[in-house]
Amino acid sequence: MHRRVFLKGGALSLLTLGLSPSFLQRTALGMSLPRAARGKTLIVLFQRGAADALNVLVPFGDPAYAAARPQLAIASPARRNGALGAIDLDGFYGLHPAMAAFKPLWDQGLLAPIHAVGSPSATRSHFDAQDYMETGTPDRKGTADGWLNRYLAVAGTCEACPPTPFRAVSMTPQTPRILEGTSAVVAMNALEEFSIRSSGNAAERRLEALYRTGSADVVHGSGTDMFEALKVLRAANPQQYQPRAGVSYPRSPFGQRLLQIAQLIKAGVGLEVAFADVGGWDTHVNQGAAEGQLANRLRDFSQSVAALVTDLGDRMEDTVILTCSEFGRTVRQNGTGGTDHGHAGAMFVIGGTLNGAPRVHGRWPGLAPEQLYEGRDLALTTDFRAVFSEVATRHLGARDLSRLFPGYDAPASSWLGLLSG
Amino acid sequence: MPRLIPFVAPLLLLGVLGCRYASGPLAANPDRTIRAASATTREQTADEQVYHVLHRLAFGPRPGDVQRVRSIGVDAWMAEQLQPAPDSAQQRWRSRFPLLTATSTELLNAYPPTERQYPFLGELSAIRLTRAVRSPYQLEEVLVDFWHNHFNVFAGKDRARYFLVPYDARVIRPYAMGRFRDLLGAVAKSEAMLYYLDNWQSVADSGRPVLGPSRRGAAARGIATAMPRPTARRRGLNENYARELLELHTLGVDGGYTQEDVINVARALTGWTLAQGAQGGGFVFRPTVHDAGEKIILGRRFPAGRGQAEGDAVLDLLARHPKTATFIATKLLRRFVSDTPPPALVTRAATTFLETDGDIRETVRTIVTSPEFFARRAFHAKVKSPFELVVSAMRALDADPDGTSRTAQVVSRLGQPLFGHQAPNGYPETGEAWMNTGAILNRINFGLLVAGGRVPGVRLASWPRARELAALPREAQVDGVIHELLGGFVSPDTREVLRTGTNPLLQRLATDSLPAADAPRGLAQLVGLALGSPEFQRR
Repeated sequence: MHRRVFLKGGALSLLTLGLSPSFLQRTALGMSLPRAARGKTLIVLFQRGAADALNVLVPFGDPAYAAARPQLAIASPARRNGALGAIDLDGFYGLHPAMAAFKPLWDQGLLAPIHAVGSPSATRSHFDAQDYMETGTPDRKGTADGWLNRYLAVAGTCEACPPTPFRAVSMTPQTPRILEGTSAVVAMNALEEFSIRSSGNAAERRLEALYRTGSADVVHGSGTDMFEALKVLRAANPQQYQPRAGVSYPRSPFGQRLLQIAQLIKAGVGLEVAFADVGGWDTHVNQGAAEGQLANRLRDFSQSVAALVTDLGDRMEDTVILTCSEFGRTVRQNGTGGTDHGHAGAMFVIGGTLNGAPRVHGRWPGLAPEQLYEGRDLALTTDFRAVFSEVATRHLGARDLSRLFPGYDAPASSWLGLLSG
Repeated sequence: MPRLIPFVAPLLLLGVLGCRYASGPLAANPDRTIRAASATTREQTADEQVYHVLHRLAFGPRPGDVQRVRSIGVDAWMAEQLQPAPDSAQQRWRSRFPLLTATSTELLNAYPPTERQYPFLGELSAIRLTRAVRSPYQLEEVLVDFWHNHFNVFAGKDRARYFLVPYDARVIRPYAMGRFRDLLGAVAKSEAMLYYLDNWQSVADSGRPVLGPSRRGAAARGIATAMPRPTARRRGLNENYARELLELHTLGVDGGYTQEDVINVARALTGWTLAQGAQGGGFVFRPTVHDAGEKIILGRRFPAGRGQAEGDAVLDLLARHPKTATFIATKLLRRFVSDTPPPALVTRAATTFLETDGDIRETVRTIVTSPEFFARRAFHAKVKSPFELVVSAMRALDADPDGTSRTAQVVSRLGQPLFGHQAPNGYPETGEAWMNTGAILNRINFGLLVAGGRVPGVRLASWPRARELAALPREAQVDGVIHELLGGFVSPDTREVLRTGTNPLLQRLATDSLPAADAPRGLAQLVGLALGSPEFQRR
């Protein structure tokens, strides 16, 4: 609908005049499209700082859990003595009580939690671990691009859809590592910042005239693309956007970023890959249990994501939300009421085409001392690349996994079976 | 344009005289012959050459620079830039910005990591920007920017930020125009790089022979068996620095080394660490964690037990390797000439690099005095990085950055936070990478913000040309802005848009996408358009 407006008024008229915007040229030349499909969207959310997976997706059924965390453990649903306990999922795992917003998603079969998942790298550096997760190449620092950008470079899900400047959008001030690379990405703090900062339209028209000269070089091409993008966005008019009745996003920066992702999806600008991140997970000191620092972060996180899911409604059939964090935290609480850098963590895959009845994925390695990684951390049983590979393949239709995750050749049979198809 | 003519004739004359002089007594030297030939085969006009050198050996002209280069001549100005006398200038900068003399220990004490406040980082970025804008030694600033990017260190890796002030002041700057081996060695022993790429944590794998406890006379005492350190967790070999040393700092990714070479370089550099661990404290060699066994690196045998000297010998080997010469020459050409470096000039620059024992100044001289450098296709061929864009705009308008982090944030918002590139490869060096939908929007907005007086340290009113231009009639104003900010080198379309507000090409095509606009009103609008124009994005 809005795409048609864009084609008629913008790109197509230029095409007929021989002035094709360069993103159209790039698309025509550079892509082998794997399959015709309805436009699919993947939203990746990064919890920077290493979220404490054991208090996010609580293994209350493991007796070693409560023992390792005298003050920090979340009470099991059955013996909660008045305090808020974990929200039971399957009798073994539960959600942190501040994540009540996720329970309806679980009940509707939209939520696939994964435990003991993460990077095989032994690093406990935030920087290195985030780098590895975003490039998709654990223990290789030289990788120039992020895995989402490599996906963009090799594939598009929708042959019938016109190329769009908003194919990949990051709601961050700078392009994040995960989207660095040769494919075009729009990074912005907020939609309203995607505009020309001048008092009148005349200045914008003059600037546009400076760039639309028919020159084929990269500067003019990018400028032409940009003025197209401005028109697309204006036609879509996301500022007029009202979330679905009853949906209210948290007023937090994270909640507002997710609201804007929903705006772009509903505006039909052809969003295929979206990214946002949220910090505050590095809880070395006083992280709290059912209430406190981590609880507050989780409340904002889960309410924001749940609002996005509810707001998107039927569109969730074509949408997958993938959450990740660079590593988990120590099994035992430390001396300052917090936890230190650990190893394996937890992820959530949220979407409308999950496989089978709701269940928590990933083999549980156990928390007994002899079961821990290096004697202190949750051991890893699922490589994060197995999750990313499955989502990229079954949701987005990516084919060339060896380019997405070079050096990773685990077969599809090792995937968790999160998604159908 | 008529005002240029008086300058052109003497310049041409100087150029001819210069050639005569150079081709006489030096003709016997083949290298000099090439250089002499270059002056006669420069494809760029005299005016283009002035503009060109001011955008390649400098971050664009400040008011008066064009006249100055014209009056002393392009070659004399380049020679001046290649031979800066920065000692007294260093003193001036240090007294203006006392931060430059701070050690990492002082910074760690003043701003404890637990407080998570790092005001010095914004200040350091602002100082780099200010020096790039104001320093008369522009080539030095260009090379400082180049080497900071080549030997990239990310401030956001935990404590790396504390090590960046000395990294800038004592590692990169002193050697930016010196010998590559000295620079490489200073980087290898810098707190910043040791920390960023983990070499400080790299120790001999268990079971490997290590040296005795004292550094002095370690070899004489013979080789001891590795003993687990009683403290902390012992990790063993960490290859990160060794790999990037080969791939990004010296030989290049196609440099012909193997994974075995990476491991053996890492082994040679075990024990190269920080005196006080994560607290910094400067470089120290710890023989007790150094893998003292024999190694083969790039086919050369490094005998057992040489201690720190072995790592130094590895750096010697790498710094003087032909692959390194080619790799560094290619990167310098990409910075100074074009995104697609002419192979013949790469070869000549690499030859200079090898023949002068990695003299950076002489390698740059070979590049910037070549016919390829002054070729027509090299003119305007580079897209400015965000840093180059901001610095060049500030220079053009004679701004004096206020030295606060607010100015540096302008560069960050354009996508190039200084010390903010996570991966060790540094920011991209080619135009494609800097140009996309969001980037061009931010650049256009930057021009508008500058013109609107909303960028700290830049005031249109204090631009000496502003008052003069404001008094002129419309056409002369347009010519003046084109001349001052774009060097006079604009397409007819751009001139027409600045003059009338509309683009004749688009009018002819009768597209409905661009309603006619009135001519821009006011000098500020003109300046905003000029800074946001495609031409200003290039250098």
